[in-house]
Amino acid sequence: MFEAIAFYLFAFLTIVMFSVTVFTKQALYALTALAAGMIFISAFYFLLGADFLGAVQIIVYTGAVMALYAFGMMFFDTTRNVKEYGRSPQIIFLLSGMIALLIVIIFVVPIVSENITAIYPVIEGVGNSQAVGMVLFTKYLIPFEVAAVMLLVAMIAGIVLAGKKMDYSLTLMEDEEIKLAEESKEKALS
Amino acid sequence: MMEITLSHYLILSTILFAIGLVGVLKRTNLLMLFFATEILLNAVNIGFAAISRYYGDLTGQMFAFFVIAIAASEVAVGLGLLIIWFKRSGDIDLTSMTSMKG
Repeated sequence: MFEAIAFYLFAFLTIVMFSVTVFTKQALYALTALAAGMIFISAFYFLLGADFLGAVQIIVYTGAVMALYAFGMMFFDTTRNVKEYGRSPQIIFLLSGMIALLIVIIFVVPIVSENITAIYPVIEGVGNSQAVGMVLFTKYLIPFEVAAVMLLVAMIAGIVLAGKKMDYSLTLMEDEEIKLAEESKEKALS
Repeated sequence: MMEITLSHYLILSTILFAIGLVGVLKRTNLLMLFFATEILLNAVNIGFAAISRYYGDLTGQMFAFFVIAIAASEVAVGLGLLIIWFKRSGDIDLTSMTSMKG
């Protein structure tokens, strides 16, 4: 009973928030609605007994990702309305057809895939965080390490791309400037 | 109706995924496009967590964690590229990125 009420309430709220994100013309409205939707989604994780995932959702998405977007939006002109250009009817027809096909596939797949058994069953007698840790650091250790390397690469890429006080930034210069910089470097070497 | 089953969560996940997909297809502003991709990733995560619960398997939660990690790194790199593009062209619209004429 309680679960049903919570599910329908949060389902409604999440759908409304994400619809606002997708359909609004104001970038700031989209950002705040997205952050609210992320927090509402963590409620589903708590309902599903995935407490650790819910906490990670709040910390990473609303804490880190949304803060990053908020900082990024300082660079852009967010006060004016977002301009949207119209697309041709053929493209809209094609894309909506693809969405319909995708939804049919998504609904059919659980019916097709019967007889699913758990590879790593939920460990009895321990909390969710402990069970997650036990599986993550035994069965999924290599993907975990690879994800760590990927996050490091992303961090370095973010610093290099958005950092200001680099020696010089290839991505910001015009083609002639890049050529000049290379020539001066060659002169310095020879 | 009062009993919440796996289908409820999968339908919710599909609805959210469809909203995100509409956003990806509709938006031409790249920042809004990023928001829509976040919605897509979150919709899939709900599906993973629900499967994990109803089949008693932790694999779904593991995949959800990795999806979150990928989303975080995607934002870091993508936003950096977006800032550079905005500094270069003063516009973050997809239609302004037509430098490669086919």
